[in-house]
Amino acid sequence: MEGLVSQLHSNIQQVMNGGGAEAVKRNRKRNKLLPRERIDRLIDPGSSFLEFSQLAGHELYEDLLPSGGIITGIGPVHGKLCMFVANDPTVKGGTYYPITIKKHLRAQEIAAQCRLPCMYLVDSGGAFLPKQAEVFPDKENFGRIFYNQAVMSAEGIPQIALVLGSCTAGGAYIPAMADESVMVKGNGTIFLAGPPLVKAATGEEVSAEDLGGATVHCMKSGVSDYFAQDEEHALAIGRNIVKNLHMAGKLDGSHNTVAEYKEPLYDVKELRSIAPTDLKQSFDIRSIISRVVDGSEFDEFKKLYGTTLVTGFARIFGQPVGIIGNNGILFNESALKGAHFIELCAQRNIPLIFLQNITGFMVGSKSEANGIAKAGAKMVMAVSCAKVPKITVIIGGSFGAGNYAMCGRAYSPNFMFFWPNARISVMGGPQAAGVLSQIERANKKKAGIQWGEEEEEKFKARVVEAYDREGSAYFSTARLWDDGVIDPADTRKILGLCVAASTNPSVVTGNSWDKLILNSDTPVLVEFYTSWCGPCNMVHRVISEIATDYSGKLKCFVLDADCDPQVTENYEIKAVPVVLLFKNGVKRESIMGTMPKEFYMAAIDRVLAS
Amino acid sequence: NAAGLVSLRAQRIEKILIANRGEIACRIIRTAKRLGIRTVAIYSDADESSLHVKSADEAVRIGPPPARLSYLNSASIIAAAGKTGAQAIHPGYGFLSESADFAQLCEDEGLTFIGPPASAIRDMGDKVTLTPCHYPTEYFKVSASKRIMGAAGVPLVPGYHGGNQDVDFMKLEADKIGYPILIKPTHGGGGKGMRIVQSRNDFADSFIGAQREAAASFGINTILLEKYITKPRHIEVQIFGDKQGNVIHLNERDCSVQRRHQKIIEEAPAPNIDVGFRSHLGQAAVSAAKAVNYHSAGTVEFIVDTVSGQFYFMEMNTRLQVEHPVTEMIVDQDLVEWQIRIANGEPLPITQSEVPLSGHAFEARIYAENVPKGFLPAAGVLHHYKPVQVSSGVRVETGVEQGDTVSMHYDPMIAKLVVWGDDRDIALTKMKDCLSKFQVAGLPTNIDFLLKLANHGAFENGEVETHFIELHKDDLFIDSNNLLLTQKARNTAVHSAAIAAVCVCEKEYAAAKDRAPGNLSLWYSNPPFRVNHCAKRFIELEWDDESSNAGLETVSVHVSYLPTGKYLIETGVSGFSGLEMNVTRLSDHDFRVEQDGVSTNVSIAVYPKDQMEHIHIWHGSHHHHFKRKKGIELVDDVENQYRPTTETSSHPPGTIVAPMAGLVVKVLVKDGTKIDEGQPILVLEAMKMEHVVKASSAGYISGLRVSAGQQVSDGTILCTLKVNLCII
Repeated sequence: MEGLVSQLHSNIQQVMNGGGAEAVKRNRKRNKLLPRERIDRLIDPGSSFLEFSQLAGHELYEDLLPSGGIITGIGPVHGKLCMFVANDPTVKGGTYYPITIKKHLRAQEIAAQCRLPCMYLVDSGGAFLPKQAEVFPDKENFGRIFYNQAVMSAEGIPQIALVLGSCTAGGAYIPAMADESVMVKGNGTIFLAGPPLVKAATGEEVSAEDLGGATVHCMKSGVSDYFAQDEEHALAIGRNIVKNLHMAGKLDGSHNTVAEYKEPLYDVKELRSIAPTDLKQSFDIRSIISRVVDGSEFDEFKKLYGTTLVTGFARIFGQPVGIIGNNGILFNESALKGAHFIELCAQRNIPLIFLQNITGFMVGSKSEANGIAKAGAKMVMAVSCAKVPKITVIIGGSFGAGNYAMCGRAYSPNFMFFWPNARISVMGGPQAAGVLSQIERANKKKAGIQWGEEEEEKFKARVVEAYDREGSAYFSTARLWDDGVIDPADTRKILGLCVAASTNPSVVTGNSWDKLILNSDTPVLVEFYTSWCGPCNMVHRVISEIATDYSGKLKCFVLDADCDPQVTENYEIKAVPVVLLFKNGVKRESIMGTMPKEFYMAAIDRVLAS
Repeated sequence: NAAGLVSLRAQRIEKILIANRGEIACRIIRTAKRLGIRTVAIYSDADESSLHVKSADEAVRIGPPPARLSYLNSASIIAAAGKTGAQAIHPGYGFLSESADFAQLCEDEGLTFIGPPASAIRDMGDKVTLTPCHYPTEYFKVSASKRIMGAAGVPLVPGYHGGNQDVDFMKLEADKIGYPILIKPTHGGGGKGMRIVQSRNDFADSFIGAQREAAASFGINTILLEKYITKPRHIEVQIFGDKQGNVIHLNERDCSVQRRHQKIIEEAPAPNIDVGFRSHLGQAAVSAAKAVNYHSAGTVEFIVDTVSGQFYFMEMNTRLQVEHPVTEMIVDQDLVEWQIRIANGEPLPITQSEVPLSGHAFEARIYAENVPKGFLPAAGVLHHYKPVQVSSGVRVETGVEQGDTVSMHYDPMIAKLVVWGDDRDIALTKMKDCLSKFQVAGLPTNIDFLLKLANHGAFENGEVETHFIELHKDDLFIDSNNLLLTQKARNTAVHSAAIAAVCVCEKEYAAAKDRAPGNLSLWYSNPPFRVNHCAKRFIELEWDDESSNAGLETVSVHVSYLPTGKYLIETGVSGFSGLEMNVTRLSDHDFRVEQDGVSTNVSIAVYPKDQMEHIHIWHGSHHHHFKRKKGIELVDDVENQYRPTTETSSHPPGTIVAPMAGLVVKVLVKDGTKIDEGQPILVLEAMKMEHVVKASSAGYISGLRVSAGQQVSDGTILCTLKVNLCII
């Protein structure tokens, strides 16, 4: 056996050096690390790494293909296990041989089974073209990689791509399909066709960096979300992304709140002077965020793209939140970025905070031609469907459809507050006066009535005056369009309390509850409930007692029956109250209406005994 | 009688206000506490949460950070005493300690000033008694203090102490005394504004500079001239007087080792002097004090001409000195207690013949300063601060704690290390040991330099004089041309880097393991698991040599985790590859590292600053500072928000940056001014010292960004030097 083991070690020794000394040297010259070194920097210092199939490709092809040209394995990042899939650019330029694809797919399969977030360290020239017949057409070929990414992402398994080298053709879809992606300036490129193919196809001459470098994709195209100065920076961002995953809500609806948090570095009282009393004055929303979040630490998402909307992760009194704030008019890019971020938070069960100061979506022919209405609709759709707690604070203006996209009252934020300077109306007073006076003039003309300039001015003044009055925070709060007018200096405190109130762990609000049932080892009881229903309240009291009696043997959850139409459809819920019992992910009992406690207990005992 | 007793009791001090900050405030509070006297601290906005405020029973805010609005604001301080019911004020040293007006004000307000009578301060402090506009200058050639001393038979250095402050007149006086000449403000102390002039050509410039600095620091710009003694020692005598008229001396201190005219190592008694000289000196000091009806603690400073053996009276400091602890150690007394008792009207507790002299004591002043940049004061955050263990023979006087900021508003002294031994050699050994274990990280300090001083042969032999550092600079500063020494220094750095790397591995591992959820503990086994191979780490450290101006040098350390749990280290430097080390983590900072069967204690401090991770390591008598590149996880770096975004080294050539944080006092050029290399561009004042920023090369001034009165931070771009002047 000793001999066999030493044979194994010597085989391993050969693949450890990747594509050979020359290729490694070339790689170093480009300020790039080897794939295992990259993984070593991503996983927690001094932690273990479980690598798979190190000898993939061993004596398989005529060419040497150490480790199949790809390194895969599991290791912890910020205390969360992740699956790593890292191309080895020193082996055939990181191209995908049939065995490379097989190893990649196997890693994804393990990740899907164990529900591990996937980190793709992309540095690949795409499919190995001479063997295209073995890598492209079939089910378990190249295309399956992206299929897996889409399916896992939909299942709530985070997909993260770090673009550390080239990412050509099919490879380009790995970062594009990822939930979040990072690109390294200079080294990272994403394009469907590289400069030579572009020249051949269209005659356009362009450098790789200008065609699909980090600047292009982080600022203009929005394909990538984080811009990294160098590889070290990209790996650090990668770790940070996982850290933010980890701080997200847990599947059982409770939140990963930390007990120790830092106060903001800046005085919250300064919010009073930052708040714009003249809404025309622009200011950086980050100056507000930095006075609201713990330690003024804000991990910004897609910082360089759609810059009129600021999105990012932070904590408030230790509670994870996603923050969306306005830094100007909403353009196409900002709306798409907003929709992306809201979906990300909804997927991870992170409560959303909207800091609203919005004059609306960009208008004009160019904007309309770009499809601003559709982009805006995507954001409005994302806001409407996000099944996470939402809290809106109107800190400045709230005009037009901007109010919708930023979770106005009609979008059922759990809580909504006004700052005293805030104003709300369908549009600005002077703009409304302009529109209305045009219509009035046309009507008068039709009726043959002369409209003097003085009269028109009076008319306009009346409109402006009415908008002024109706737009004020006091007009709003008097009619309960909000949950109160607050001192800006109290914003942090109030947001903290609201997040805590809306993530009350006994009620599952996310769309992740059914995963919980599927993954639970112990039987699960789900009580569908609506607070306005009298019988529901009676059942709830009974179930609360049962939860205590059966603690340890049975997991009990209360689910807001209004929360998700999909759920009511899936489980054929026609009326409330209803109590469902699951075991091993399968529905066993369904009890409609209000029943005595013993009735529920008998059903539970049946399920437990089965 | 009974009535007399009552009135005597009523005078006793039960609550003291300390009109000072930092270590001296803490020092006074400590004695007061021991005596059961309650204490009141005062603080400026910059000191709101500092140690002296926390240590006192009560604390009162007296104003914004600048000293003249807070610690020099007599009215606020008196009001604070009134508000808290303190009966006495201890002024500490510096600030108002030698203000006769303040002492008088205390007396007028019915508060006991713990110090000498206002008249004595006035006699000794106001070295020129009258202004030249009122009296013919000839009458007042000698200042009041020297006149009084002369009358009391105390020997004086030849000089001019008159009221005629005219430059040309002073120049003539200087000619009479003979060069080199010392120019000195009449007010204040600590060497501020002092200048040595070697030849008459330089006289005018230095004189005007000294006047300006004196005006800025003390509000009075009168200057005196003295003969400059070329091979002098600074020896001073601690005296003490009571209100009954008794004065004794508590032996002398040698404070010869100075930089920038400020003391850094003091000792008592003075080395290499005989008993006769000591008593001679002591008697002179006592006569000096008696001549001004002195009471409380005071110091009479003498300059000793080592060539002739003559000693001359320099000045008398009418306060407790920074270095008083060395005297306390050799006489085994608490001088602050004495001050309080004497303020209470008690007589001196012992007579001259009862004054002991036991053993030898040293004090090393630990400053936040940049030694290779000419001892420029530094400011910043104390990211790591772990002074040595205190024992009967080791005292640490400090006013700061880890996490505090050494602000640019006040003196940058971090701590005083005081050691005592049966004789000088024993004490010196102890001091060297303590210095090598004194851990400060976050800002540059003079600790390594003090250690070099203490290890110098001449210092070991007690061959001290005020030019000691200048005289031995070749030994004290590593010359980058000396290949043998730089190679040796480099090798120790590489070794330290290797040890630091394994400690960092261990530290990071422990932190990750602590944070990881319990069900994943298997993933944090030691050594970390790899399938069919050993785990490796690569750590690249940049050596920041605090003792030289040389650039950073990178040390690459490859660390392999051996199956035995040991680390295998490769540095690529001969002699430092293939090292096997075993590390035991004792705490977050302390480790025991075993190599070749020898195990040693190692301490490390890690903190983020300027987008880098800084690593300090202490082991044996070595201390090294490394920097390590990091990604964005350093979001909690507060300091970089207030720093200029570009590093000095990244500025285009010809850019002139502020060498330190400070106030621009005077701008000597304008845009377009043609200047030569080394020509002054502007004058910066920081820590109450003036620093001239000079041209690094010849050229034309362009893009001048600052003006007089502006506060600049370290590294701020001041202007650019252009080789050619382009007119647009």
